[in-house]
Amino acid sequence: MSKPQPLPLIEAKNLKKYFKTKRGMLHAVDDVSFTIERGKTLGIVGESGCGKSTMGRTILRLLEPTAGQVYFEGEEITAFSQSQMYKKRKDIQIIFQDPFSSLNPRKTVSEAISEPLKINKIITNKEKRMEKVLAVMDLVGLAERLANTYPHELDGGRRQRIGIARALALDPKFIVCDEPVSALDVSIQAQILNLMKELQETLGLTYMFITHDLSVVNHFSDEIAVMYLGRFIEKAPAEELFENPIHPYTKALLSAIPMPNLHHKMQRILLSGEVASPIEPPSACRFAPRCNMCMEKCKVSEPAFVEVSPGHYVSCFLANDKAREG
Amino acid sequence: MDTSSDSNVSNLALEINDLVVEYRTYEGVVHALNGMNIQVETGKTLGLVGETGAGKTTTGLSVLRLVPDPPGIILCGKIKLNGEDILAKTEKEMQKIRGKVVSMIFQDPMTSLNPVMTVEEQIAEVIEHHESITKEQSIKKAREMLELVGIAGTRGNEYPHQFSGGMKQRVVIAIALACSPSLLIADEPTTALDVTIQAQVLEMMKNLREKYKTSMLMITHDLGIVAEICDMVSIVYAGRVVEHGTLEDIFDNTRHPYTEGLFNSLPNLADRKTKLKPIKGLMPDPSNLPAGCPFHPRCGYVLDICNKEKPQKIYRTDKHYTECHLYSSKSMVEGKVIGR
Repeated sequence: MSKPQPLPLIEAKNLKKYFKTKRGMLHAVDDVSFTIERGKTLGIVGESGCGKSTMGRTILRLLEPTAGQVYFEGEEITAFSQSQMYKKRKDIQIIFQDPFSSLNPRKTVSEAISEPLKINKIITNKEKRMEKVLAVMDLVGLAERLANTYPHELDGGRRQRIGIARALALDPKFIVCDEPVSALDVSIQAQILNLMKELQETLGLTYMFITHDLSVVNHFSDEIAVMYLGRFIEKAPAEELFENPIHPYTKALLSAIPMPNLHHKMQRILLSGEVASPIEPPSACRFAPRCNMCMEKCKVSEPAFVEVSPGHYVSCFLANDKAREG
Repeated sequence: MDTSSDSNVSNLALEINDLVVEYRTYEGVVHALNGMNIQVETGKTLGLVGETGAGKTTTGLSVLRLVPDPPGIILCGKIKLNGEDILAKTEKEMQKIRGKVVSMIFQDPMTSLNPVMTVEEQIAEVIEHHESITKEQSIKKAREMLELVGIAGTRGNEYPHQFSGGMKQRVVIAIALACSPSLLIADEPTTALDVTIQAQVLEMMKNLREKYKTSMLMITHDLGIVAEICDMVSIVYAGRVVEHGTLEDIFDNTRHPYTEGLFNSLPNLADRKTKLKPIKGLMPDPSNLPAGCPFHPRCGYVLDICNKEKPQKIYRTDKHYTECHLYSSKSMVEGKVIGR
């Protein structure tokens, strides 16, 4: 008898999110599938406009998917009613990018953190709720004396800790982290990254970590997916992706990171041009116009997302040919 | 140690000595620069590295005499641009200097362009201000500048909103370089851009710098960019340079604990398992700086003297110095005082 596969905590199948615009359908997320195991982190990298934030919001159903399914612990949450989803949200939380605009300026720190507990009627007793708030504040390293301060009195790092505390207050199982450290200085960024990693270890959290910063995603993730114009173009375990990138875009992206080191010089692959429009994309490889390895067939048909080695998926004709050759 | 600056005065595109700038607000006096010292050699690039609130941008604005006044006041110090005293100039003289002798590129290309002017008009505006040429000629030159930064000249009659972020930053660079200034101050020029676009813009800046022999002051928080484009580095903390040296000095012979902390905060691509070692605590409030060495509350190597006395400069070579109580002139040379 074969052992049953452990159920992934979250699974997305052929997820799509299109937006109607005056110039046609904007394909923000276009047929993306993945699973995340319990306690693991999936990193999503890509440049602005590639659809990574839209995907994060679609998984939580903060945006309704155009097509496709999302399963959470085996249940299809995309089929849930509003009230069912409302209840489920306490298991699925999000941390936003900008700690300056994601907090209500008229709520104190403790009010902001206790709000989700109140709304979800988790703890109705006011004193008990305050106990929980202080416990969560302690967990994320916010001093008790800050409980009655307002967000404008605090710096970016502390504000981001409030964002994390809010997400943690409900004891969620899964957190979408949408560029949680991009707005912070490097020394503060490192503090927050360490905190999030410790929390993952102690609370067994599962993360989807959305970022444009490749060195951060490498540090943080078990698996990394590279997104380009709404699609995954490469997905692999973190180490594998950095050591053996296959897609020309991934290679260019990795080579473009400025290294804070004088002795490790990478040959830089400079991409020409910029990201094409996601409105009504042609059925061709979406990276073809900027690709330095572009072939004729890349302009007329789209490569499939195939597994080239265990756990390493790529959507590129070059890689597909290689895989077939064996 | 003043002798060095006198002997090679002609070699310096920019020299700032003991500059003190304050912002006097209702909430108190913000000490933005507290004895800032930097030197940019002609044809070279100096990286000014530090975190939010360290005084990097104020330094750049001081050179252009654009520190908002009120509330900003340049209290004392010297700024010499190609040997000329900037602080003694009248506003009228400054108008001839800005854009012609020194230009500044600002961080956010989305807000530094005029949305109701075509991009070629915005470039031509600078040229007309400094050179007595006709409108037609200036537009022609503006289009040449666009080509130079990699934008088709025919797109000159378009408006900023029709360009992407990377293209807008190229336009801003074209404006800054239109009158071939001898010094370019770039304030986080690629922070708002994606990595692949950042790589394109940095490459272009490098090429233009070679071509025009422009001296550059590169303000950034990204040590990766510093490694790529700078010759010399000044690490700034609380409005003062805490360590200065060549790239090799700063990257391979790190001395100041703050510089070490900056390096340790960066995720290492080669080794993803090591835990990050962030600097504890926060940047000090510039309206209420700690006594003694302003870094002492966050420093892992703090000594008794650190909260009492301001550290003096200690030199390792004639180019590399730090301001830190940990060092004697002997240990400064030997190193091995801090972990890095």
